[in-house]
Amino acid sequence: MRFERREQRSLALLLVTPLLAVILALALSGFLIALAGASPFEAYWNILKGAFGSRLSATETLTRSAPLILTGLAAATAFRARLWNIGAEGQFYLGAIAAAAASSQLFGDMPGLFQIPLLFIAGALAGMCLLLVPLWLRLRYSVDEVVTTLLLNFVAILFVSMLIDTVLKDPLAFGWPQSVSVSDEAMLPKLLSRSRLHLGLVVAIVLAVIIYFVQARTVFGLNSRAAGLNASAAVFAGVPLARTLVFVAMISGGFAGLAGAIEVMGVQGYVTTELSPGYGYSGIVVAMLANLNPVGVVFAAVFVATMFVGADGMSRAMDIPSYIADVTVALSLLAMLVAIFFTQYRIRR
Amino acid sequence: MSEVFDILTSAGLWAAVLRIATPLIFGTLGALLCERSGVLNLGIEGIMTFGAMIGWLAVYNGADLWTGLLVAAICGGIFGFLHSVLTVTLGLSQHVSGLGVTLFASSFSYYVFRLMVPVAGTPPTVEPFQPVDIPLLTSLPFFGDAFFSQTAPTYVAIVTAVVLAYVIFRTPLGLAIRMTGENPHAAEAQGINPLAVRYGCVIAGSALMGVAGAFLTLSAFNSFFPTMVQGRGWICIALVVFASWKPSRALLGALLFSFFDGFQVRLQTVLSGSVPYQLFLMMPYILSIAALAFMARHARVPQALMKPFRRGER
Repeated sequence: MRFERREQRSLALLLVTPLLAVILALALSGFLIALAGASPFEAYWNILKGAFGSRLSATETLTRSAPLILTGLAAATAFRARLWNIGAEGQFYLGAIAAAAASSQLFGDMPGLFQIPLLFIAGALAGMCLLLVPLWLRLRYSVDEVVTTLLLNFVAILFVSMLIDTVLKDPLAFGWPQSVSVSDEAMLPKLLSRSRLHLGLVVAIVLAVIIYFVQARTVFGLNSRAAGLNASAAVFAGVPLARTLVFVAMISGGFAGLAGAIEVMGVQGYVTTELSPGYGYSGIVVAMLANLNPVGVVFAAVFVATMFVGADGMSRAMDIPSYIADVTVALSLLAMLVAIFFTQYRIRR
Repeated sequence: MSEVFDILTSAGLWAAVLRIATPLIFGTLGALLCERSGVLNLGIEGIMTFGAMIGWLAVYNGADLWTGLLVAAICGGIFGFLHSVLTVTLGLSQHVSGLGVTLFASSFSYYVFRLMVPVAGTPPTVEPFQPVDIPLLTSLPFFGDAFFSQTAPTYVAIVTAVVLAYVIFRTPLGLAIRMTGENPHAAEAQGINPLAVRYGCVIAGSALMGVAGAFLTLSAFNSFFPTMVQGRGWICIALVVFASWKPSRALLGALLFSFFDGFQVRLQTVLSGSVPYQLFLMMPYILSIAALAFMARHARVPQALMKPFRRGER
């Protein structure tokens, strides 16, 4: 048995792969649910009900999708250029604390129309800075950025924890470790009344569409793709590799930082060290499920959010640990990797 | 200054250094073995988590401690097999596959743990490994407490490093492993099956990672809780680079790292109040990054690391 490269890939195959991957992942984790002595179908029905069964749960799923779209875009834009940014979790936290700091210390009195964009920029800049360090280490000392971005996640979260213990501590929180809040003017407008769904979702979707066109229609988009496909060939063809990677890092880190800022300004207004239930890491799965396509990221993010929100409801109803959502999401990443492989290769005897 | 001297001369520090180093030694050796054959195994963080969970669970359900370690090793090997299928047979991106294995293995550990152990106020515990009494050595003043009051797995870790160094540099098998990691096509021309070598190394290396995790729950602590691995797997990956892919240096690197870690914990109690504790907790990660930056350019990377091998394809 050996593998043979496919000469051409049909569009239908590309569209169907994520669906097959998700079905395979659901089948495998269905097996794990069955091992726990419950019916997988009933569990999945409960997950669906928990994620979309009521107005409240549906808006909650969409609220959760917003940060996932942005961290998914962070991973997708970086991975396309083979910049392995696994640090979205840390960049998310730095972006969040930057927004809280900028609002409480600098721009708090400004009207929302000016303050909100400034806080977005503050969050994005913080995320960028955190990713530029590992990129610099890679370009200057040829240090693999996977390990450095992973390690910086821990540093960033400890740094945020330190700030909310000291200079940015909320004095009115009765000793709870939480940061000062952003000003009321900085809270993102709600899309629907009586829900937590906020403007962040629109921002995320608009950015996904913009980055799609940047990647498809600009020189930078072509350069970043060339850098990812074959870096040495790209350099030979005249692609400014270092400059392209710096731009990619700024976009990728910016998305992750912005995700943190939006989460703070959209949901609770202050930062704790439990702000992110692993949005940064889930972003990698989102990006891979979307096959690194920015528009696909939106749909993949909704799927992942569905699993997480739905599993919470399901585990209340059925006594299956809600960790099954994480298992399914991880399995769908692995299944997607295999599925992508079979769009590129076919088996020959 | 006198506080620093007190810390350095306390037997407790040196005993802690060996204790902190043990999981890092196992994990680094495991990652090193995988990388010597040409496969980066970023599954390490998740495999350590699973090893910690399953080893503890086995002992909690009545197995003895060594069986717990064995179960962790076998489960680690199974995850290694999964990583091999993805990266060796299919030749997928080792970065993304490894992260996938980590996400899967850690979430699966939490799922199994929550399923098997009901939620309780205080986490259930097991009776962990006890320090081994070595005749004569343990009763030495200072040195006995500092170096010869460890649990058995610590000594096993040191022996493993020696054995692995011997196998990699002094046996035909080691030559085959190194050749596969440097140039799998040349290895194949010599009649070595690079795919089999890589499978073997990744499975064996992942088994060591499983043991690394189990040490945490069966010797260093006595219970399992989520996120307890705390990035130790990623630190091991950094230590492999620091060690320049040599088991002896991996041992030294792990000990050096643990020395700084043990030292900062003690310094923290001396300086408590004046410096935020988070600064101390950051040190291990920053230290790893600094070590990477310092060593990466001089390191002799296995030339075929992260390059998939497909027969008849260049």
